[in-house]
Amino acid sequence: MDFVDYYKTLGVAKNASAEDIKKAYRKLARKLHPDVNPNDKEAHKKFQQINEAHEVLSDPEKRKKYDQYGENWKHADQYEQARQQHQGSGGFGGFGSGGFGSNFGGEEYTYSGGEEGGFSDFFESLFGGGRGRRSQAKYRGQDYNAELQLLLSDAYTTHKQTLTINGKNVRITIPAGVENGQQIKLKGYGSPGANGGPNGDLFITFVIKNNTAFRREGNDLYKNEDVDLYTALLGGEKTIDTLSGKIKLKVNPETQNGTKIRLKGKGFPVYKKEGQFGDLYISWDVKLPTNLSQKQKDLFTELSKLST
Amino acid sequence: MENNELIPAEDFCFYHNIEYSFINSLEDSGLIRVTAVEHHSYIPVDELQKLEKFVRLHYDLDINLEGIETINHLLEKIDEMNQEILQLKNKVIS
Repeated sequence: MDFVDYYKTLGVAKNASAEDIKKAYRKLARKLHPDVNPNDKEAHKKFQQINEAHEVLSDPEKRKKYDQYGENWKHADQYEQARQQHQGSGGFGGFGSGGFGSNFGGEEYTYSGGEEGGFSDFFESLFGGGRGRRSQAKYRGQDYNAELQLLLSDAYTTHKQTLTINGKNVRITIPAGVENGQQIKLKGYGSPGANGGPNGDLFITFVIKNNTAFRREGNDLYKNEDVDLYTALLGGEKTIDTLSGKIKLKVNPETQNGTKIRLKGKGFPVYKKEGQFGDLYISWDVKLPTNLSQKQKDLFTELSKLST
Repeated sequence: MENNELIPAEDFCFYHNIEYSFINSLEDSGLIRVTAVEHHSYIPVDELQKLEKFVRLHYDLDINLEGIETINHLLEKIDEMNQEILQLKNKVIS
């Protein structure tokens, strides 16, 4: 745990007036407030830092204590005791540059929690617990955000998953057709409210990894399928995989490379619309034969003469 | 999904230590919905989160109503753009 320079955090001089501190805080708060930077963890962290700096520097008593003990905050209590013992004797003067100031560094400067208005270990150590502005009010708890990894093949069917949230097991139903980046809200599973306020909500964002050979665009699926030259030219049948099983497709004679066919209702399920599916688009990739035998070459030559 | 639960505006003002006129101004500018039942104003629960955000912007950051309207509009735009980016990303990834 390192010393935190609150003046530097707010970008003000050590002799800044209360008005300057307020102005600097407001300016930074408008820029970094979580409400104007949704889902920006970096801004959120910086906001906590300026909040803490403001909490200290806007309170004359806290500011005095902070200025007095400065970097020697770890020994503020010892100093206070010593000061009281030596009061009137005029004998205490060696604090600061002597023995206490050198044992910082190396430890991480951490905030006590992810909650808005959370305070650093440094703050807690020097001032105890923090207080919020308009502290008499009931505050709704902060919302939590979490990510849930799913495979595309799992998102194809409605299924249940059990999540552990703050030590509680919560069983949620994930409807088929959920999209990558889609968010669902679990009401009341966020941070507890302050002063009797309601709990925040938990927002779960789905991160879907494609483990299939299909490309998904909304509810439609896309896939390229190889077809040999002879089937493409003369027509035939080909069995292909879909997410709901194998199907047999007719290949029309003289099918061109890149020909696209639509299989209605063979795509991805439509979110929360049972029985409704998108479409599956198959593009034929016509594969030319290689390593031709002499006979094949002769026949193709004959064919080429016929077509000119 | 519409939530029909209502919170008396008076209670909200009391808990947040704010003036009712602020809620009134937000409603007048179309930023929130307030429901009137027998001459009393109520805030639909669905509007609560938005309203609390506006309260923070106004009382914590000293942003006036015009500023809140602008911020709200820009945040909505950012949200739309983020959705679009996500859709495009999904298109590229898949």
